[in-house]
Amino acid sequence: MRTQEYVLNFGPQHPATHGVFQIIMTLDGETVVKAVPICGYLHRGIEKLAESRTYTQVIPYTDRMDYMAAMLMNLGYVQTVEKLMGVEVPERAEYIRIITGELNRLASHLLATGVYALDIGGLTGFVLCFRERERVMDLFEELCGSRMTFSYMRIGGVSEDFPEGWLDKLSNLMKMMPEYIEEYNGLITGNEIFQARTKFVGAVSAEEAINYSFSGPPLRATGINFDLRKQRPYGIYDRFDFEVPLGERGDSFDRFHCRFLEMAQSVKIIEQAIEQIKEIDGPIMAKVPKVIKPPKGEAYHEIESAKGILGYYVVSDGSNKPYRVHVRRPSFINLGMLDKMCPGWKIADIVAILGSFDIVLGEVDC
Amino acid sequence: MSEHVVEATEEMTGEVEQETATALDLPGIIEQLKQKYPQIEVDEKLTVMVPGEALIGLMQELKDSYDLDHLSNLTAVDYPDEAKFEVVYYLNSIGHGYSIMLKTVVNRNKPVLDSVFPIWGGANWQEREVYDLLGIVFTGHPNLKRILLHDGFDGHPLRRDYEWVGGR
Repeated sequence: MRTQEYVLNFGPQHPATHGVFQIIMTLDGETVVKAVPICGYLHRGIEKLAESRTYTQVIPYTDRMDYMAAMLMNLGYVQTVEKLMGVEVPERAEYIRIITGELNRLASHLLATGVYALDIGGLTGFVLCFRERERVMDLFEELCGSRMTFSYMRIGGVSEDFPEGWLDKLSNLMKMMPEYIEEYNGLITGNEIFQARTKFVGAVSAEEAINYSFSGPPLRATGINFDLRKQRPYGIYDRFDFEVPLGERGDSFDRFHCRFLEMAQSVKIIEQAIEQIKEIDGPIMAKVPKVIKPPKGEAYHEIESAKGILGYYVVSDGSNKPYRVHVRRPSFINLGMLDKMCPGWKIADIVAILGSFDIVLGEVDC
Repeated sequence: MSEHVVEATEEMTGEVEQETATALDLPGIIEQLKQKYPQIEVDEKLTVMVPGEALIGLMQELKDSYDLDHLSNLTAVDYPDEAKFEVVYYLNSIGHGYSIMLKTVVNRNKPVLDSVFPIWGGANWQEREVYDLLGIVFTGHPNLKRILLHDGFDGHPLRRDYEWVGGR
């Protein structure tokens, strides 16, 4: 029987691509023979725009790259400029940064879990995870006025202190989280169909993962213990006790499971920080000049964001606008191996593989 | 049979760990590199400036001998006043924990550089992004096409002399 290969376009408008992302698949029956990923549909020229804005004006742009974990995007940028200027952040501001950063990581992983369950086909998982995410977003709205793109961090500290009673509300939410996480465990992680669709799908070996510059859960799923919060603690991460979940096979299930287990670790860090911040009083902003003019030079700083290693490379020419800002975006780099991973799988498996990377298109395209 | 094999590898890794642990942290590595590649320059932040011809040799050496196996960042900056591009590399070592930043200078009028894709697969999309936005051509790259802009786009927007409208 004569057969023929067929070219199918997956995206850019598609509910399972996590945004505007396109994969042109060449199919032999239902099996993918060749996959060409095409990104760039959400390219907004943020790196170019940053060159004509002042250092503080770049902060809202950093929110809009990974809009699911905007606090961590802000954190990376302000820490890089602080490194460039040699500014030391007051202790209370460091604790506030840890609490808001980890809370945002929790929110981002909640979304990743829910949306991955949705990709595989279980709508209930999606709605449940969003129920908790709403509580987190309500807390953020009370703190800085915004649910998603916070622009909360500033060069030298944070912009606002916690309102009255905010820490108590956060504490209550953290007390309830382990119960919710158990619920998702039973519903999603332990689900037979979910496991059958994600275990052994899109497996990556540790050497390949390191060679292709993976970072974050896709790297830790292969068993490599590399988390910047432990490797090169930035801010005050060395004061907290938490574990780094690792996977074994580097398949889609392990990538999902690492992210899932990280939620419990974020809860642990937040609870410790809430305890420790009760004794710390003080300014939330260092003494920085009104017009920020770093000395001529450059700085590169990496943090562990929700999606992987987030790096900022800032070059200053002595004026009040950066000369060059480059963002090392984890979602962009984690996708570098997609065209090698896809051949051999069926279309439904491609959805499972793409979802397990937890990409955010704002970050992929910058 | 299998027990014997496990013992042998444990012994071997034990020995190797001892050797590298005594030799190496970043200043130690840079000293050794300066011996082998006298044409490199190092500044006070331990950033290594390497000329384009020695790039591939040095990068291969860094990966093989010093386990700098994770290419974390590959980007470039445009300096039109000095008629150059600076391509910046940042390498991590997953096993040992150190990192190194390297830079190489490319002539702005003829921006051609060797690709490090044969050494680290992670260079694939990052070099495509640098080509797309700045116009540096990487020889030896398997698929040097535009990645963020559409294929028919004219020009390289991240260059400092690219016109922008809007007056901010």
